[in-house]
Amino acid sequence: MSMELTIEAGKTERQYWKDLWNYKELFLILTWRDIVVQYKQTVVGILWAVLRPLLTMLAFTFVFGSVAKLPSEGNVPYALMVYSAMLPWQLFSTALSSASNALVVNANLVSKVYFPRLLVPTATVGVAIVDFLLSMAILGVIMCIYRYLPPIQFFAVIPLALLGSVLALGPGLLLCSLNVTYRDFRYIIPFITQFGLYVSPVGFSSSVVPEKWQALFMCNPMVGVIDGFRWALLGTVEFPVKPLLISVVFATALLVTGVKVFRKTEKTFADVI
Amino acid sequence: MKPIISVENLGKQYLIKHKESRGGYRSLREELFTIPKRLFSKQEHAEMFWALQDVTFDVQQGERIGIIGRNGAGKSTLLKLLSRIAEPSTGRITVRGRVASLLEVGTGFHPELSGRENIYLNGAILGMTRNEIRKKFDEIVDFAGVERFLDTPVKRYSSGMYVRLAFAVAAHLEPEILVVDEVLAVGDAEFQKKCLGKMEEVSKGDGRTVLFISHNMEAVKQLCNQVMVLDSGKMLAMGNDTGKLIESYFAPQSGPTVWKGRETSKFLTVTEFGLKSFEGEMLSRPVGIDEDVVCYVECELEEVHSSFNIGVAVYSREGRCLFWTFTTDGPEDSWPELKIGRNILQFTIPKLFLNEGEYYVELMASLHQIAWLFEPVATPVVFHFTVEGGFSLSPLWLESRPAQLAPFFVWDNAESA
Repeated sequence: MSMELTIEAGKTERQYWKDLWNYKELFLILTWRDIVVQYKQTVVGILWAVLRPLLTMLAFTFVFGSVAKLPSEGNVPYALMVYSAMLPWQLFSTALSSASNALVVNANLVSKVYFPRLLVPTATVGVAIVDFLLSMAILGVIMCIYRYLPPIQFFAVIPLALLGSVLALGPGLLLCSLNVTYRDFRYIIPFITQFGLYVSPVGFSSSVVPEKWQALFMCNPMVGVIDGFRWALLGTVEFPVKPLLISVVFATALLVTGVKVFRKTEKTFADVI
Repeated sequence: MKPIISVENLGKQYLIKHKESRGGYRSLREELFTIPKRLFSKQEHAEMFWALQDVTFDVQQGERIGIIGRNGAGKSTLLKLLSRIAEPSTGRITVRGRVASLLEVGTGFHPELSGRENIYLNGAILGMTRNEIRKKFDEIVDFAGVERFLDTPVKRYSSGMYVRLAFAVAAHLEPEILVVDEVLAVGDAEFQKKCLGKMEEVSKGDGRTVLFISHNMEAVKQLCNQVMVLDSGKMLAMGNDTGKLIESYFAPQSGPTVWKGRETSKFLTVTEFGLKSFEGEMLSRPVGIDEDVVCYVECELEEVHSSFNIGVAVYSREGRCLFWTFTTDGPEDSWPELKIGRNILQFTIPKLFLNEGEYYVELMASLHQIAWLFEPVATPVVFHFTVEGGFSLSPLWLESRPAQLAPFFVWDNAESA
């Protein structure tokens, strides 16, 4: 007989991590499904991924660059500076909001088949990453237009993007499990992403933040990731050691908490959803 | 040989909150606003409810077990525990083999994806690897009969095609243990037969174990070699005497031919459902075969909905459904007029129609094509009655007839003008 499995009240922890590995194929398929579904109506899907960062970039460049006349970093065009920050921010906010809603959206799956539930919110982060890659391609186009050559540390965006995803996944898992029991958490998520957009250096440079606010400003874990992106793509800022350390600490702590809470409430998902 | 499934003292407890919350989930707002209330009233308004309690049984490889019981008996809970969707509160399950559960056909089907894509998606959700699916792909498509629509999004499929494809994927899973809940309730008769055949083939031919929940007793009888009867979370009986166990499930409890209580579904509250004599007396005796009886439903309506109807399903003691009848069966001007408040809806079961025997009657109610209020088989509003008294008024036929019905038709001779 192929395997023996004992299901006992309150003793499923060890099996869980094994299952997570056993179900890796489902993880890939769920990611693939979310991507395919999103881009299924091809024109609309891809156009959306292109338009969203572009329009936000235009708006921010206009408001912060032209109206508020905030300075850019070095001699970089303001639009480019905004766009290079848009990239990680959009990755973060898309990943966070889709992960948070993942279980509720997939309620029929959760109540009908067994698989480690952790796969569902994690798989949605995959969609955010694909969106991100598309936006990266557009960055290439914008850089060509501005005839801007990125510096050598360009490839650092890969670990930085990963850091951004992990940073989204932790709170994503937390909100995801809360969302199952308290449905009104879904109204909080857009608020977080909206609010976060304005306290993160997306539309402006970190250097315009007054000295006395810098300490508080850096408590936002996205500051490290965004400045890291500007360092890697534009080379206009110093490598942000301190903010990045803060980001890593936050990412780890939030991920651990997120997974813990998720695991704790996971058992009851099928009962409440 | 070791049993393929051993279940010991299995129990599942749910918390029922006693407040007027609409659904299973809560909102943070609700929670915050009730904090003061909860601070002052210590007593918890929650009740523990055992959906399943102390269930112990073993299943040997290759057995086909039908699980029957009224709604709320714990059938679905049992399957959910076996397929690991929910975690047990007590006890232990040991499973020696791969379990695939089919609690609903087309779980995880995505309407935007094509048939081909959904086969892979659904297969993966049910626990198949991509290689397995690839190997079985043609067989699945063939079984479902959807070759021409493989690249069409399933949202454009007819419901029949959808169900066929979904079942086809599940049927080709090849798990050691297949857990099936009521999938046969959908699809046309021919396809249902095909499904039953496939399940039989899977278990008899390949020695797989099947656990099957159905309200279709005919299907259970045909497929299963063992039956488990559940009632209010407890296992009443289990054995290979399928016919007898099914009968016991439908057997009448003694007492009057009436259901009394209070069951509410949306705007409808049923208070009484039963048979009375044509003269309006309560019946607590068998119905004579030459006697017209009236089946009535006493209910309260909070609103009058244009697509609302009430109906009755009558079953034989073996669980075969004999007929349905609804208030809205005839042309619109023949429908009974409904009013807000108390209504007594009734119809006459004519004499010389049902044969001798025991019958089981269910109340149904629905908003036509919109929603069930009281769903057949799931409805708690039921009663039994017995018909006695030979066959007809004829001096020749005093014993009962074969068959379920014993209608009386008038014969004449067309030649003798």
